[in-house]
Amino acid sequence: MKLSELVEKLALDVKTFKDGLQIEIKGAYVSDLLSDVMANAGKCDIWITLQTHLNIVAVASMKGLAGIIIVGNRPVQEEVLKKAEEEKIAILTTPKPAFEVAGKIYQMLK
Amino acid sequence: MALNISGAIEGSFQLIGGNFATAGEASTQLKLKLTNLGVHEDIIRRAAIATFEAEMNVIIYAAAGRLHYYITQQSIKIRVEDMGPGIEDISLAMQEGYSTAPEWVREMGWGAGMGLPNMKKNSDKFSIDSVVGEGTTVEMVINFS
Repeated sequence: MKLSELVEKLALDVKTFKDGLQIEIKGAYVSDLLSDVMANAGKCDIWITLQTHLNIVAVASMKGLAGIIIVGNRPVQEEVLKKAEEEKIAILTTPKPAFEVAGKIYQMLK
Repeated sequence: MALNISGAIEGSFQLIGGNFATAGEASTQLKLKLTNLGVHEDIIRRAAIATFEAEMNVIIYAAAGRLHYYITQQSIKIRVEDMGPGIEDISLAMQEGYSTAPEWVREMGWGAGMGLPNMKKNSDKFSIDSVVGEGTTVEMVINFS
């Protein structure tokens, strides 16, 4: 499934790297622990988290993730968005909680 | 597959404690270097995770540190030395889930007690040496085959 499809179906707000929405998502990973994501997320997974600080961009870039969905309407600082744009990481936001986002993506990828 | 390495390639990165904004830069550069040398993707992934975690530990706990890498045809050796508080009980520090990170670091999603175990898991050889009040040195070797 393409990231653009996910954006449409979940009504995600695309904050950065709009050119990256054609990427094919292999899976998803839900975690707010960055070392856990580094250890266990897979390449081209979409990462669901409530973390919004700068290091999420470095972790996503390092792991080759398809993008980051930031849940619960949490605001993302401008410097984080700028860094994500530079590193070509798609940041998507939603007011929905992680459980709902993960559940919907699980249904779609199944 | 033969790598484009003759002799050895080495270099180092300076790490500054508390500098969360640049976290991951050393590992990103090392990843790029290994990619250009034609190292297998899985090996690069392991080296990048191990290096990133090592970087984080210096940033979280130490005043400063240095990450040195040494790449040969056979392996990459990563040595991270820091001027930090040192580790009192290394076997405890190696336990998954054990951490001495302050609350604000945990709120960022670091300090979950996974750093050192992640480094060890992704290395073929792992050693750690620490003196309380002086600092910690971690050495990791990842073989290319």
